[in-house]
Amino acid sequence: MRIELEINGDTRSADDVWEGESLLFVLRERLGFPGSKNACEQGECGSCSIYLDGNLVCACLVLAGQAQGARVTTVEGLAEDLDLHPVQEAYLKAGAVQCGFCTPGLIMATHELLERKAQPSDAEIREALAGNLCRCTGYEKILDAVRLAAKARA
Amino acid sequence: MAGPANEVDGLGRCQGGKGLEFLQPTSLTEALELKAAHPGAVPLAGGTDLMVDLNFDRLRPEAMLDLTRIDELKQWWPHDDLIRLGAGVSYTRLVSEIGEYLPGLAIASRTIGSPQIRNRATVGGNLGTSSPAGDALPPLLAAGAEIEVASAGSSRRMPFRDFMIGPKKNALAPEELIVAVHIPKARGPQQFSKIGTRNAMVISVASFALAIDAGTRAISCAIGSAGPVILEAPEADEFIESSLEESGAWDARSRIDNSVLQRFGELVAQGARPITDVRGTKAYRQHALAVIAARTLTWAWDDYMASA
Repeated sequence: MRIELEINGDTRSADDVWEGESLLFVLRERLGFPGSKNACEQGECGSCSIYLDGNLVCACLVLAGQAQGARVTTVEGLAEDLDLHPVQEAYLKAGAVQCGFCTPGLIMATHELLERKAQPSDAEIREALAGNLCRCTGYEKILDAVRLAAKARA
Repeated sequence: MAGPANEVDGLGRCQGGKGLEFLQPTSLTEALELKAAHPGAVPLAGGTDLMVDLNFDRLRPEAMLDLTRIDELKQWWPHDDLIRLGAGVSYTRLVSEIGEYLPGLAIASRTIGSPQIRNRATVGGNLGTSSPAGDALPPLLAAGAEIEVASAGSSRRMPFRDFMIGPKKNALAPEELIVAVHIPKARGPQQFSKIGTRNAMVISVASFALAIDAGTRAISCAIGSAGPVILEAPEADEFIESSLEESGAWDARSRIDNSVLQRFGELVAQGARPITDVRGTKAYRQHALAVIAARTLTWAWDDYMASA
């Protein structure tokens, strides 16, 4: 089947999409958006977090056809040209990136949190990031990054 | 679109050797007609359960019936003393838009999965999967919810206890779809508790929901993840109702004695029918239920005592 959707502001399409494949597979393997990571394929790790019509979702749990005509924002869509998004800057400054595999998903989840709640409490940060796993950092630097990003907005 | 058996496509992905049709109705009428024509089609809402099975090659139906384009399923509205909750309302929306009417279901909804999961997952999906570990299900039973299902040309409503009939089994006929849930607005405090290995993203090892009807002075319990279906605990209900009556606690709004809380927990644990599996033993589940039942009752009763 043919899938047409808007990704980071541009209309994109993919042909010969198998009816049983995920939006994540379409993004990564057919349309060249590898920023959303493929790890667990069961919604556990959050590494493939994207916006689908404004809602933060795991792209691995969206059937490709369900995204027909949808508006998608991936981590590639946050920076403007070479200027990183403030959330990305905060992750760099806080040293919240080690192997980096979970980082795109965590940046998307952080972005979504701060859009919704500009100055979140620690409990709200923990709840918002509960769907994203990191196996390197122990999360402390990640929490620092979120606090830093929130401070930058204040 | 089918390839030959076990064909690996150009991207190295096995397509399972079976064609799969993608059906995307835009109205409930159209969806029911499609379901009648394709009884083997698997209804798909948020995909948070079913996509895992598709991704891991455990599910290869003849067709997927996408329900996310049907506006009628995404609506909710109050009628009489009930909320009619469309099967396709996400948990995120349920918590923010309807939580005040359905506090027990809202508390449980907020514990489901993660923000990403709650943005997609629906009560209709939890009902369709009918897992004993479905976290939205004990609050539905405790609140006395009814399930509305439909097929082309007809619809019917049944109490939750008649809907879920076994582990991952329900009373839905092949040509039917889950349309809505009718849930009485809370008539008193409601609470929910569950046990698992962490807060987010767990499958409950045991769960418990409780609803107080402050008007009729009734208490309803429901036990999850500790039996083949969501279980009621009528002996625990009757015990706590009569204890509160005899001690005058309803009028005095006084604390419940520890001995009463403990007996209540024991009766809940005795009402469970748990098994030992990969997530926990039968003994652990029974012990955990006694603890969380007493704790949940305490929370709900604290709310009752604080209410004017």
